[in-house]
Amino acid sequence: MPTAVIERLAGELRGALGDEQVIDDRARLRTYECDGLAQYRVVPALVVLPRTAQECARVVRACVAARVPFVARGSGTGLSGGALPHPDGVLIVTSRLRTIREVLPADERAVVEPGVINLAVTRAATPYGYYYAPDPSSQQICSIGGNVAENSGGAHCLKYGFTTNHVLGLQIVTPDGDLVRLGGAAPDSPGYDLVGAFVGSEGTLGIATEVTVRLVRLPESVRTLLAAFATTDAAGAATSAIIAAGVVPAAVEMMDALAIEAAEAAVRCGYPAGAGAVLIVELDGPAAEVEAQFAEVERLCRANAAFEIRIAADDAERALFWKGRKSAFAAVGRISPDYIVQDGVIPRTALPEVLRRIGELAAERGIRVANVFHAGDGNLHPLVLFDDAIDGQAERAEELSGAILDLCVGYGGSITGEHGVGMDKAKYLPRMYTDDDLDTMQLLRCAFDPRSLANPGKIFPTPRLCGEVPGRHKGAHPLQEAGLAEVF
Amino acid sequence: MPRLDTDTNTTAQMDTLRAAIAAHDGSGPEGAEIGVVRPAGPADAVGGVPARIVAAPGSTAQAAALLRAAAGLGLSVVFAGGGSRSDWGNPPRTLDLVVQTRRLTGVVEHAAGDLIVVVRAGTPLAELQSALAPAGQQLGLDDPVGGATVGGTVAVNGSGPRRMLYGTVRDLLIGVTLVRADGVVAHAGGKVVKNVAGYDLGKLVTGAYGTLGLVTECVFRLHPVPAARSYVRCRVTAAGADGVARVGRLLRTVLGAQLVPAALEVEAPPEGGYDVVLLLEGTPAGVAGRAEVAARLLGADALPGTAAPPWWGRYPWQPGDTGLKLTGVLSGVPDLLAAGRAAADRHGVPVGVRGSAGTGVLYAGLPAAADPDRVARIVEELRGATAEAGGHAVVLTAPDPVRDRVDLWGPVEGLELMRRVKHRFDPDARLAPGRFVGAI
Repeated sequence: MPTAVIERLAGELRGALGDEQVIDDRARLRTYECDGLAQYRVVPALVVLPRTAQECARVVRACVAARVPFVARGSGTGLSGGALPHPDGVLIVTSRLRTIREVLPADERAVVEPGVINLAVTRAATPYGYYYAPDPSSQQICSIGGNVAENSGGAHCLKYGFTTNHVLGLQIVTPDGDLVRLGGAAPDSPGYDLVGAFVGSEGTLGIATEVTVRLVRLPESVRTLLAAFATTDAAGAATSAIIAAGVVPAAVEMMDALAIEAAEAAVRCGYPAGAGAVLIVELDGPAAEVEAQFAEVERLCRANAAFEIRIAADDAERALFWKGRKSAFAAVGRISPDYIVQDGVIPRTALPEVLRRIGELAAERGIRVANVFHAGDGNLHPLVLFDDAIDGQAERAEELSGAILDLCVGYGGSITGEHGVGMDKAKYLPRMYTDDDLDTMQLLRCAFDPRSLANPGKIFPTPRLCGEVPGRHKGAHPLQEAGLAEVF
Repeated sequence: MPRLDTDTNTTAQMDTLRAAIAAHDGSGPEGAEIGVVRPAGPADAVGGVPARIVAAPGSTAQAAALLRAAAGLGLSVVFAGGGSRSDWGNPPRTLDLVVQTRRLTGVVEHAAGDLIVVVRAGTPLAELQSALAPAGQQLGLDDPVGGATVGGTVAVNGSGPRRMLYGTVRDLLIGVTLVRADGVVAHAGGKVVKNVAGYDLGKLVTGAYGTLGLVTECVFRLHPVPAARSYVRCRVTAAGADGVARVGRLLRTVLGAQLVPAALEVEAPPEGGYDVVLLLEGTPAGVAGRAEVAARLLGADALPGTAAPPWWGRYPWQPGDTGLKLTGVLSGVPDLLAAGRAAADRHGVPVGVRGSAGTGVLYAGLPAAADPDRVARIVEELRGATAEAGGHAVVLTAPDPVRDRVDLWGPVEGLELMRRVKHRFDPDARLAPGRFVGAI
């Protein structure tokens, strides 16, 4: 992109939005060079911080007129490089759009701007006895706009679902620069479910400028237990038994020995000594319901060889249980100089087999893997540990990380359960989907963004021009041919 | 002799379609089962529009071959499941081919331990539930008309009382196989509940009335069948503003309590009065405890019981009537009830309203015999009331004289984007042309 184009754009946007909303000096641009996935770094050509939806639309229109790509960024906590800037593009940061417009407990709704922090929604709703259910681990800093882009989950999505289940309406800036409302305050708006299509589209279909979310009643009772097992197999069997008993816990989280070791080193969470795996099981709901089911969960953990069970007596103890789990990603820094956070999904029942295979793959490469996962829904977060200072380790770790994704896909799972495809996993997407599948997804993209200006290069490995005729079927998918998976 | 020309043309097209299907059923060009492709009869008309040809592919591959051939012939196509709601939406602008899903049936995979099922789209919902029941599992979708298929339920985004706890199709559909207008087969989602890889095309085709493609296979997340159920029922006899106000108080009480109902329904029959009914699901001890609390909260009139009221989970209309879906925010539900009663009184037409007060999705029924001009005025008034409540009034079905007088869909946000989506998926507008919003 010629510098002159960006300079002209910067001048235009300064005039329209004011000097403080436009950043083009190199040193300040650098602070935006990556999101939560710091291994990719690209300095954007320009950063703009609109204060209103109209300003956001103004910026997009200017980009369209200049044929300059744009990337939206919330708090920049994403773990797949979804908000990685474009070197010749504009980074549109939504952090100044941070007004909570309405909290309507009687309607179980809130209307917020995209820069509002996830936890702030819950804080605003709590006085009325409500909260915002999706709770990614980064909820103290991640933004609702980013959650919408990534369809963020969290530990409690086993019972309560993901961002997509909690967004009713959106105002978006389309990639043409138009402000459009999708969905609404009430459910089942007539027409295509474009809210459903937009949530999780990782900034490739436009930028959310207002989000209507569902609020959930704070539960009457929350009961949490921590169970220690000798092996991950036993913990996995306990999880299966709980689900088979017809219990839908709010959360079932598992950590293996290495992850526990790291958490202990970092936050002294005091998990039972000698555990090969711990499970955190949380139930919530009406007291009468929770009491009955909690006793059953405790019994099933014991029946599946839990050697120690601790029951949180109060919120402080519950917080301690969660502290180890929630700090696990950062904690592995204590036991390894470098690490990759992986995010894959498998059918939950395949857990013991997949963990064994991960162990074998790791051993073959001389790499350690700490496992942290949302056991209830089969969402694995293997932490691949390596030392960049040791020759070849980073490459082996990267290769192992990819092999784990292949394993997930081979078991009928997914390459990402909550972190998104972004820049990081675009090359893996064809392992899950056929060319025809990806072509069909492109139809949606082209409907919204015929010029491919909205976050280009993310999600899809090979961007296609929208005028292009979608490719014809080219035979069976490689995975089907290899007998590895049914493309259902 | 135009008629003979048409027939010759139809016969030739049927041969082409039959050959396309036969190429994928292993039987060769002559071997396709009788009736898989046949001339349409009067019973195959859709919304009063006669079809020329009916075809029933038996697999995704056959459906793909069929739609590719139909594209080559430039045929306009409507997809048909159980036919339980084929009267919904506008009649198609043109109709050559009806593609039935009656041979696309059966459970492909039920992974009970993972609480998911892969099922072919033509499977009746009731059959699916029976197949899941032995494992103590269910798909959390109601079947308000009876006889609906899985695919039809996805196409019209069908839901019933238990949407309050289990959500709707969009919350339960985790994977989808779709045959596009050009015959290309596409998948999205997968077999795991947690999955953010790629666009969620399952949501895009949910409620799309078959205008984007044919859904041939669905993957759903399942829920355990609850061990116990209890209905707590409260009757409100007060008329006028007092009655509506009392219903509003009851609803607020239930929503503000710690009952976590599976459903919270309101019934406002044309004869007057209201029923507020709460469904509790869970463990025997938990349900008993919550039912007791609910009965106490709802007051002296409340009655817990194990049987659903007779109207439960049914739309408040009969075949041939006018049926509407009314949505609004939760606090607007009493206003919608009041608007229904007021419109009935003003125009002298009986209006029955019922639905999910716990999610803000109600239905209204007006008799087939009612004067269409009055019905049209009532639709406009209800549309005003739903707009006030932040929602919409959509006419799902109506007799022709009513259809002539109202826009079934009403105002739609984001219509221009929807048209662009449609154009990308079906550039020649051959799939269910005109049936959907904005004449899509």
